[in-house]
Amino acid sequence: MKILRNLGRSANILLQKIGRVTKFIILILSNLFTPPTYGGEILKAFFQIGWMSLPVLGLTALFTGGALALQIYAGGSRFNAEQVVPAIVAIGMARELGPVLGGLIVAARVASSIAAEIGTMKVTEQVDALITLSTDPIKYLAVPRVLAATLSLPALIAIGDSIGILGGYLVGINRLDFSSSTYLASTASMLQISDISSGLVKGAFFGLIISISGCYCGFHSSNGAEGVGKATKSAVVGACVFILAANYILTEVFFNS
Amino acid sequence: MIKIKNIHKTFSDQNVLDGVDMLVQEGSSTAIIGTSGAGKSVLLKVLLGLLRPDIGEVFIGNIQVSYDKPGRTLSEIGMLFQGSALFDSLPVWQNICFKFLKGGEKLSIPDAKDLAIQKLKKVGLNHEVANKYPSDLSGGMKKRVALARAIVGNPKIIFFDEPTTGLDPIMTNTINNLIREIVETMEVTALTITHDISSVEQIADNVALLESGRIRWEGKSKKLRDSKDPYVYQFVNGKTKGPINVN
Repeated sequence: MKILRNLGRSANILLQKIGRVTKFIILILSNLFTPPTYGGEILKAFFQIGWMSLPVLGLTALFTGGALALQIYAGGSRFNAEQVVPAIVAIGMARELGPVLGGLIVAARVASSIAAEIGTMKVTEQVDALITLSTDPIKYLAVPRVLAATLSLPALIAIGDSIGILGGYLVGINRLDFSSSTYLASTASMLQISDISSGLVKGAFFGLIISISGCYCGFHSSNGAEGVGKATKSAVVGACVFILAANYILTEVFFNS
Repeated sequence: MIKIKNIHKTFSDQNVLDGVDMLVQEGSSTAIIGTSGAGKSVLLKVLLGLLRPDIGEVFIGNIQVSYDKPGRTLSEIGMLFQGSALFDSLPVWQNICFKFLKGGEKLSIPDAKDLAIQKLKKVGLNHEVANKYPSDLSGGMKKRVALARAIVGNPKIIFFDEPTTGLDPIMTNTINNLIREIVETMEVTALTITHDISSVEQIADNVALLESGRIRWEGKSKKLRDSKDPYVYQFVNGKTKGPINVN
């Protein structure tokens, strides 16, 4: 009986949370394209989320591409298929590793910073101050971040894919004795537009997940510094889990189509 | 005029506001006092439209406060938050004129900056403060900047939430004098939430004492110390023994 009661209580809490998150997502989406828009805040968010994520994303992609080339070479050599390295690096980066690793890296960097910033504003009454100054906090704080993350993630993923492929190329010609022209030709011939576009679509979804997770946790933080810390942690963990889940669902969709 | 009618608010199992009725006359300065946890800050959030009461209604003038879109009544209100609530990422002048830069009413940047400097002077700060960031200011300066932000739109009503908390005695006096001066010169209706009795005596004409979500005592601030109510006596004189459970 006690187990059932606890189960019921947990289910109730979970459903309430799902309801709150859904309501929050609808609130943000319904505010995305309605005035007023805060151009300065949107540009600032693009700079913070897009531009400032480039170095860490680029380094991650470069090393991942290089490691991927080595791994595929080692695996492929077991059945004399070393020549597939350029193609698998390119496809792997564009379809899977680029978007997922990029998403996770940006989630760690951006979801935490959004949650911490909005959370601090919430617990220091700056969010209330915005309302008293006739400014909608959703429009002023959330919408610019959601727009910037959703639109800049595909661009970041595209750049990350390119750098990852470059990493594979550098390892391929320097460590694995590929000729530059063979490597490039193999990459170009195997990589299809759908490989790239599926990764970019994933990027947009991941950007949406990251920003909504950061904003939701920030706006729902309480209890001072400890609350902001918890909100930051929840934002990153939530974003990472949902990115991996969404990645599977989107892969199924692209795979079937 | 602020009319508060039968406000109830419960959080989980805790009854924070339990039928608050109050009338704040136009042009008067009223203080709401009470122990920590008496429901003062919750009441203030209800008045601002930030927190929806379970039962009851609030009127600012003749307009009922809407909890879906509090903007209609908020345009008449200036608010000084307990921790100042200045925006860390903006310089002082943009904090003061935020309403005119990002809010509904627009001003050009030079006009906004001039207005901010004017308001800074009104609260006793010089123009050099305008370009500083909140992190460069002391607690007292932050309070004064927040006060400048509260008065920038020439509001008809100003709410002050614990305006002197955390300030030294000199700065406390400075802020109290500023509040008194602003209330008198701008002819606004002021409502202050505080538990600082000396501030109450300096800035308020009327006082209401909140106890467990209800108004326990209401009257002129001058008569507060004469009250025979043991609860009021203990609170005003800071006695540890009496009907207020200090634990």
